[in-house]
Amino acid sequence: MIEPVKHLTKLYGQEKSYTLDVYEKARGFSGIRKALSMEPAKIIDEMKAANIRGRGGAGFPMGLKWSFMRPHPTKPAYLVVNADEGEPGTHKDRTIMEEDPHLLLEGCMIGMYAIGAHACYIYVRDELHLSKQRLWDAIKELRAKGYLGKRPFGLKDYPLEIYVHTGAGAYICGEETSLLNSLEGRRGEPRLKPPFPAQVGAFGCPSTVNNVESIAAAPIALMMGGAEFSKLSRLHDVNDGGCRLYGINGHVNKGQVIELPCGPTINELIEIGGGVTGGRKVKAVIPGGSSCPVLTPDDVFHMPDEKSPLHKYNGMKVFDVPMGVDTMRIAGTMLGTCCITVMAEGTCMVRAALNLARFYKHESCGQCTPCREGTGWIDRIFHKIEEGHGDLGELNEVSDIASNIIGNTICAFGDGAALPMLGFVRKFRREFEQHIQEKRCPSNGSLL
Amino acid sequence: MSDMPFEPTQELTREIDDILSRYPNKMAACIPVLHACQAQNNWVSPEVIDFVARRLDLSTAHVQGVVTFYTLFNQHPVGKHQVWVCRTLPCALRGGEDLLSHCEKRLGIHQGETTKDGAVTLRSAECLASCGTAPMMQVDKDYHENLTTERVDEILESLGAKLVKK
Ligand SMILES: Cc1cc2nc3c(=O)[nH]c(=O)nc-3n(C[C@H](O)[C@H](O)[C@H](O)COP(=O)(O)O)c2cc1C
Ligand code: SF4
Ligand code: FES
Repeated sequence: MIEPVKHLTKLYGQEKSYTLDVYEKARGFSGIRKALSMEPAKIIDEMKAANIRGRGGAGFPMGLKWSFMRPHPTKPAYLVVNADEGEPGTHKDRTIMEEDPHLLLEGCMIGMYAIGAHACYIYVRDELHLSKQRLWDAIKELRAKGYLGKRPFGLKDYPLEIYVHTGAGAYICGEETSLLNSLEGRRGEPRLKPPFPAQVGAFGCPSTVNNVESIAAAPIALMMGGAEFSKLSRLHDVNDGGCRLYGINGHVNKGQVIELPCGPTINELIEIGGGVTGGRKVKAVIPGGSSCPVLTPDDVFHMPDEKSPLHKYNGMKVFDVPMGVDTMRIAGTMLGTCCITVMAEGTCMVRAALNLARFYKHESCGQCTPCREGTGWIDRIFHKIEEGHGDLGELNEVSDIASNIIGNTICAFGDGAALPMLGFVRKFRREFEQHIQEKRCPSNGSLL
Repeated sequence: MSDMPFEPTQELTREIDDILSRYPNKMAACIPVLHACQAQNNWVSPEVIDFVARRLDLSTAHVQGVVTFYTLFNQHPVGKHQVWVCRTLPCALRGGEDLLSHCEKRLGIHQGETTKDGAVTLRSAECLASCGTAPMMQVDKDYHENLTTERVDEILESLGAKLVKK
């Protein structure tokens, strides 16, 4: 059984954990102090060695992303922190901002210094009022001490400023280019890539966008040493390093956020979550936010290539394989945000799929026809099937509609909406057909 | 609706200056300034849009476009309190959808509507990053988690809403 660790969450639950006093006593800002004495390139090397895979969902290595930043002759650089936390089923970043805002801020300082930026914007979704408040209060404390400003910690003439920016209710603003437009005061519509943010990011300047938890890992990795940090993980050998936050929600007895070495199995997470409610069996698990296709307890991990470091899991149940960026991709889904949604026996999978189809229809920004129209169609088809008026022809159309979206859109929202819908239909096709044949929902639409 | 131009309070004027100091250009202040102005009357009236456009040197069309893109800008007056019930899957698995219909029944309105006495506007929300403590709802700036129908009734009553008898 995997054992919880307390690196990121060291201060969670302590009284006034969000104040500078408590933070400084416990952590001492030793990460940024050390960083300011180092060459920025050396910090980036440490981050590379730490194998911090982006915690926002895509799993891109953070050190590598930082290394894409090049000084521009006339333009400043920016660090932008993605605190939009809106992926359904994701509830982890919020805990860092509420319980340990100074850890994130220290990470921002290290990040700015490493990529050559002097300003950082933390883009927090508007609903997270407590997070915003804690961050602003913490920033004020840092300024008052001279830890932020012209000469941070009195150590180096390298001005650092951090600002909190808010969204206004739009899931798509979690997508990094949409977030940048929103930060600039525009409609949050994603941009075509390239150019990538490292070339043209915030305000037309070179920028790095990272998730809250990725940035919060920086001080810890730097103090521990990148390689040591990476080795905390069960998947260190496949460059998926360190520890991170795992969320457990849905049909479990103890929904929670917990810090673990990278690579717990789904079965372990369910056990940590106190097992399935009502003593039921698991029917399905969404591994890391709703854009990740659903898994079932019967799914088997295939890695026949003997040369692959993941071959050792070949033939095992996916629920018993350590969750990592690569293992989940091979299992036909994504690691995503590491917050799992558990669904017990008896859950109507058509209703579950419909709930998410409605979400994606509602949240599509509408720029691309396949995404805008496709998400609407799928929602209508699932609705009819759930209500008992569906037909098989329409069920088959879902695959066509989804294939039309995948790869044909400006941003990854399209794939993130289409792939899970395909997943529900493929893995639970019998249940969809039963709805159509019986002209009703066999489980009376139960989600509970 | 009034035809009077929007008059920011002194405090709001100061807040807008403070917001502007954080960005390299005025446009970037658009969303935070709209939030600050909305806080004054709980909604973004056409007069607010004109005011923000003038203050930030933007076209009203730009500001209008921003306001209509984001769900948290109220384009019509709303109740004294705003209640959002999360209905996305992880909450729905723990009773979020039932909670929403419970609120509709007890308040005697549908989601999207405001009670006759203007006390409460009820809305559904998409995942509010609180799935581990579902079901949940947001009331103005506060999160209420691990909800039961009894607790919801207490909260609604504390907002001054007259509840429809069960
Ligand atoms: C539709 C969509 C929504 C997203 N929402 C978030 C989000 O809420 N938070 C986040 O950190 N990343 C989100 N992302 C991923 C970001 O685009 C980006 O990859 C991430 O912020 C990079 O940070 P990381 O490399 O540290 O993970 C989203 C992506 C898409 C396509
Ligand atoms: S894929 Fe969807 S969300 Fe992304 S830009 Fe196109 S329409 Fe907008
Ligand atoms: S689904 Fe309701 S808070 Fe996430």
